[in-house]
This record gives sequence, C-alpha cells and structure tokens, in this order.
Amino acid sequence: MTASFKGKTPSRRAFLKGSIAAGGAVFGASAAKAAEPDPLITEVQDWATGLGDGVDATPYGLPIKYESDVIRRNVEWLTADTISSINFTPIHALDGTITPQGCAFERHHSGAIELRKEDYRLMINGLVDTPLVFTYEDLERFPRENHVYFCECAANTGMEWAGAQLNGAQFTHGMIHNMEYTGVPLRTLLNEAGVQTEGKWVYVEGADASSNGRSIPLEKALDDVLVAFKANGEALRKEHGYPVRLVVPGWEGNMWVKWLRRVEVTTQAIQSREETSKYTDTLANGTSRKWTWVMDAKSVVTSPSPQSPIKHGHGPLVITGLAWSGRGAITGVDVSLDGGINWQPARLAQPGTAKALTRFYLDVEWNGEEMFLQSRARDETGYVQPSKAQLREVRGENSIYHNNCIQTWWVKPNGEAENVEVS
Amino acid sequence: MSKSLNLYGGVGVGLVALLTGAYNFADRNVTPMPSDAPKMAAEADTDFMLIAAAQASDAAADGKFGLGRPALPEEVAAWNLDVAPDGTGLPVGSGSVEDGEMLFSENCAVCHGEFAEGVGNWPKLAGGEGTLADKDPLKTVGSYWPYLSTVWDYVHRSMPFGAAQTLSNDEVYAITAYILFSNYLVDDDFVLSNENFLEVEMPNADGFIVDDREEAEKHFWTAEPCMENCKDSVEITMRAAVLDVTPEEEGAADEAAAEPTAATEETQTATAEPAQEAAAEETPAAEATPAAASIDTALAEEGENVFKKCKACHQVGEGATNKTGPVLNGVIGAKLAHVEDFRYSKTIVEMGESGMVWDEANLSAFLAKPRDFISGTKMSFAGLRKEDDIKAVIEYLKTFP
Repeated sequence: MTASFKGKTPSRRAFLKGSIAAGGAVFGASAAKAAEPDPLITEVQDWATGLGDGVDATPYGLPIKYESDVIRRNVEWLTADTISSINFTPIHALDGTITPQGCAFERHHSGAIELRKEDYRLMINGLVDTPLVFTYEDLERFPRENHVYFCECAANTGMEWAGAQLNGAQFTHGMIHNMEYTGVPLRTLLNEAGVQTEGKWVYVEGADASSNGRSIPLEKALDDVLVAFKANGEALRKEHGYPVRLVVPGWEGNMWVKWLRRVEVTTQAIQSREETSKYTDTLANGTSRKWTWVMDAKSVVTSPSPQSPIKHGHGPLVITGLAWSGRGAITGVDVSLDGGINWQPARLAQPGTAKALTRFYLDVEWNGEEMFLQSRARDETGYVQPSKAQLREVRGENSIYHNNCIQTWWVKPNGEAENVEVS
Repeated sequence: MSKSLNLYGGVGVGLVALLTGAYNFADRNVTPMPSDAPKMAAEADTDFMLIAAAQASDAAADGKFGLGRPALPEEVAAWNLDVAPDGTGLPVGSGSVEDGEMLFSENCAVCHGEFAEGVGNWPKLAGGEGTLADKDPLKTVGSYWPYLSTVWDYVHRSMPFGAAQTLSNDEVYAITAYILFSNYLVDDDFVLSNENFLEVEMPNADGFIVDDREEAEKHFWTAEPCMENCKDSVEITMRAAVLDVTPEEEGAADEAAAEPTAATEETQTATAEPAQEAAAEETPAAEATPAAASIDTALAEEGENVFKKCKACHQVGEGATNKTGPVLNGVIGAKLAHVEDFRYSKTIVEMGESGMVWDEANLSAFLAKPRDFISGTKMSFAGLRKEDDIKAVIEYLKTFP
C-alpha cells in the first residue's frame, strides 16, 4: 500500500542523480538542434516489431511500472503505528482534478477493515418515528445522485504551522482527494425514518473497531450529505470505507465516516473523542475552537514543487496546482513568482464547482530565474486564502488543524524546489 | 444514547407496536396495508416528481419508499452505545481507582504507560496542566478533555486498541476512575459510578469556543486582494531542508525511470512486512538452539534498552514472575507457550503443541507483527518496527537462558 522510507530529503538526491548530474548536458538544451539522429526514431524498437500483452494480462489494471513512484506515502514519525495513521496522495505527480482511488490518501483509526456488502447494515435510530435498518441492497433501491467533492483531512498542512517542515507537496498538502461519488442523500434515509421535531443533530458512526463517530447539525445532514457507495464509477476501496461511507461536502475529512453503520438523531452533540480531544483548534491563548467543520479556501502549486522539480531547462514552463474551498466554488487563483510581491491570475482548467478541486495553470517562460512560487485561492463567498503570517496572527501556532495558508516553493536556478517560508 | 426505552415505551405496549410496525414494513414492500393504501397510492405517482424536484432544487423529498425494516430494540441497544456529556446513554455501574490501576496496567499501559504518561508516540493521558498556551501544549484527559463522558465512551467503544468492546461497563468505570486519578483529579479511594459521574469537574471544561472564524477572521473575506507591489521585499525565513524530516523516497521518479526493475518494484509491493521477511531471511533456522551460541554483549545492551517497551508486561532475570505477559527467562529455543502457569491464548498453545519453537526466525516475525504471527494473541503490543531493535532484544533475551 505505501512504500517505507528511511532517511531524509526526498527529491534532492534523486533529482541530482537523475537530472542534473547525469543529464547536465540535456538541461537547458531542449530547444537546441539535434546533433545526431535519434535512435528511438531511426532504429526499429522492440515494441515496434514484437507484441505486447494480450487483453487479459491484467483483468484489473494497475498503472504501468514506469509510474510506480506515483504512490501514497507515509511519514513514519507522525504516528505510533500505521494501523492508526495517515498517508498522503501524490498530488505532485497528478493532473486534472479526479484522484484515482488507488493513490488517494488513507486515514484509519483502527485499520482498514474488510466488510462484505452482505454483512453490511445501516441503522437509523434516535429521535425518529421508526428506527430502521437498511441492507446494502436497500440503499441501492433509493434514487441516487452523483457529485464530485474533495475530502481533506483537517490536519492537512498541520505539520507546517510552526515552520516549513516537509519537503514536498505530497507531504504538505496530500491529505486530500477528490472523487465523483454515487450515493443516496442522507436526507432521503432520514426522511424514511421520520425525523422528530426535537432532533437537532445526527451522530454518525463507523463499523470498525475505532467506532469513529461525529456529530453533525441536522441542517447539514438534510442539506448535501451523501451516503456513498461508489467513487469514480466503481465500488469504494476498502481503505475508503467499502462498502459505504459518508460524504460530508466541504467539511473536514474526519466527519466522512467510513464503513458507516449508524446515524442517530439526537438533541445534542455527543462530544465524542474526535470532536473534543481531536479536531479542535487551540489558539495562542490556550482556548480552543470546536466545531470548526468547514474547510477554508486553499490552494497549492503541485508542480514545480520539491518532488516535481523543473528538469526540462529554460523556455516554456507549465506551473500548475489545485484550489478548493469548503464554502463553495473557487472563483479565481492568483499565482506569484516573487513570493507575494506581485500576483497574476492563473487560468482555471474548468470553472470552479462547489466543494470540489479546481485545477489551475499558469504558462510562463522560465529562463532559470529564482522563483518564490505561491498560489492564492479565492472563493465565491469572497474569501481570500491568507498568508501563514495572517493565519498565525489570529490562530497562533498550536492549532494543528485547518492550516490553509499560502504555500511557498523556492525554485532555484537549477530547477530544484524547496519548501520555504518567506517574509 | 439509549433511546430504546423512550421509543418503545412500556414493554408490553412497545412490543405490540413493534410487531405491528414490522408487519407494516414487511407488507408494504409488496402490498400496502389497507390503512396505508390511499396514502401510498397517492405517493406512488408523485414520488418521481418529488425526487426529480429534490435533485433539481436541492429540497428535501417528502415521499417514503418503504425500504428497510424497523430496527429491533435489541439491535438498537447493541449499537446505540454513545454517551453524551449530560450522561445520556450512561449505563448503571461503578469502578474504583484501585481496580482501575490493575486494569489499566493490563489493558492500557503497553501504549499509554503505567501512569498514563504515554509510551513513544502513543497518546499521553495524564499531565500537561497549564500548558495549553505554551509553545507545545500537552493535551491530555486532565489538561484538555472537556467532558468525562468522552473518556468513558471512548474507552468503552474504541479501546483497548486491537481489542475494542471487550471491557465490561464496570471495568470502563474503573479505568476512567484511574485516568482521573493519574491526573490528580480524584483521590486513590475514589469510586466512579453512574451516580456521581456528573459531579466530576474537568479542568478544561470551559476551554472551548464554538467556531468563530466568520467573525474573528472577517478580514480574510477581502474579495479584491492586492495584485501589485504588495510588499517591499521577500526574504527566506525558514527552510524545510534545514529541518530535514521529510521521508526519503526510495522509489523516486528518476531512479524508477532509470531502472524500472525488480528493486524498485519490490520496494513498493513487498514492504508490508519488511522486518518480518528480512528477519526470516537473515536468521538461519540452525540458530534455534542458542544456548551454546556466543552472545554479542554490545547488542544485548542495546536490547536491554529496547526491552523497556516490553517491561510493562514482561519480566526477566532472577525472581522474575508472570505479569500481564509471561516471564521470558529461557524463551529462546523454548516451545511456544512454554511457561506452564501462564494463561496464553488458545492459538499460541496449539502452535506450541505442534512443536513450534521460539527460534530467532519465529521470534523476529512475532515481534515485528505479533497479531499477524499469532492470530488472537493476547499481547496487545503492536510490534517492533525496527529490525535492529528486534535483533537487539532477542540478543538481550539470550542472556536469560
């Protein structure tokens, strides 16, 4: 599932080995005239004469081996045990907006369980007219909807509060994925049970040993929350809650309860461990914010970045990244090449849609100038992604969660990039 | 929260209502009950329109589909375990600090430490009072958790790690009492029960405010941000490369492209149990009888340090006795489940009876992933991550033949 690592900086060594040291002559020479005919063109290659795999070689395909580095990665020192831990989506190596399930980050509290559809039960209880039990088959008989939403862990970028710490967009911003979900609106199921007027909250809970549970205001539950069983057209992966998970659009990932087994209508928030001791944001004065559910507008340049350095030399350069907001649609992204002195609007690949990732591009001529690359997202509520200094001013450095600050990559003349903080 | 009583009222009445409900539901899927018939028929025609409207306008649908079945009271009782701050859902029961200390040592200390002080990266449950405004706050039950119900509920439903929902209600009360005691919030003769539960005061109960971002961070809604000459200069104030805590990518892009062969692929596919495999490879079975084998004293010394992780449950040396785990004198080369008066899990006893011995390969594999090597092992320790630690601790154990 994840590769294991020993040692330190990710890209630098590989980068030097692969690009600068070995290919120094290639670097900066992309526009030069070819001196020798390219044997890849002039000579008949094996693949042009022999045969490839038959149709059933891989009944369910994996990426080709040349992409074997595009995988989820773990930061071992973060947690005590991989069973209760998190890993990171390789956003530095992806493009578009949809995250393939196979490399979408995982977060487990008691490991990824294997729960068969046949053994799946969903209970609606509490302040309802009729407590109900649904099977998986029952869920498939309700009218269903399709929506694309991002799921971001509240701790995404959490290691960066006190300073630039992890060298790679995967590690600083990879606790996020974006999928097209198929499922039944939670309000349909609640309506089936009949919510009583005293009901103000729902408590949602998973079937795994962690019993991960969160309280959600009834208003949100009746709004856009989805009981999902498909992602990107196929069944959810085990690690994402197969066969059924909750999708809570725009709100922190911890609330997207996997292996969803129970929805209880209550008068009050349950104040479970995950909404008191965790996922609360401590301010500089020691007071903590609770119920900080919404994920604020945020963006990051995914390439170039520390794990995705510039290897092609001078000339045209595609700067690209992702932007998102839990409050609505992204309306614009600005990119700065000089650490925030001047900004220019990036090109959105598609108009932003609410609570989903938006891809942005800035196509520039790069001639080896040092850059301090930043991106700044704006959403439809008028919110503008703040700088780290602005965030710290309000929240201090101990918040852990909800760090949506502007990220800086220092791109050096040789194309290498590093995570830095700037004044 | 236990709402089953409210929902089903008196037992007799409740049962009748429930059976009727069940009949209704089972029947409705085929032909509606007569009393429901007009309503259902009326709804049937409008269902599609309502749903279409719901999808288009995002409004709640009114129609019901007659899917699912009523939950039985026993089913609700089995799953409806959560406890709210006002005590809703808390079952009758009690437990003392004294009992809790023993239970904590057996069930929790392996990760949380004998005094709830935490082991390694596992959560610390005690201490940290007055640190919340510090540079590195220590958030524990005593210093941070606002509600005691959360402690009881979490221990009850989610702990111990790897053996959730195995503690009785009274045991949960006792462990909760002990955690309070370890935070100096109650005395050593304290007994926690559903009766006095709400009397316990949590120090940080008033330490929380509801999300106020829309007020406190109003200035982030600036709509028209600065685009030109937004600051005078830009200086680097901190670099990630200086701190140097990023994991190294063994299968990094350039290497993968250069040599897309076995080495790279193995890195990514075969790392599930690296320590176990490596240990198995590197430890010839011939070393199964280590009595005569020479001992690497330096390595054994390192192992003594590693063994601190085991000490909460295991004793070695003169006068060692069984604790939570069996005494480990003479374990190297012994058959599995070798200590006669220790209550092992069934699986390990059977493995021992089948002739399996604690040679280095087996012990390495077990120490890397205890639960994988012996399914159902009582040892709640998650395993030693570093191969070097495993080797060292085995060397240390060799010094107690």
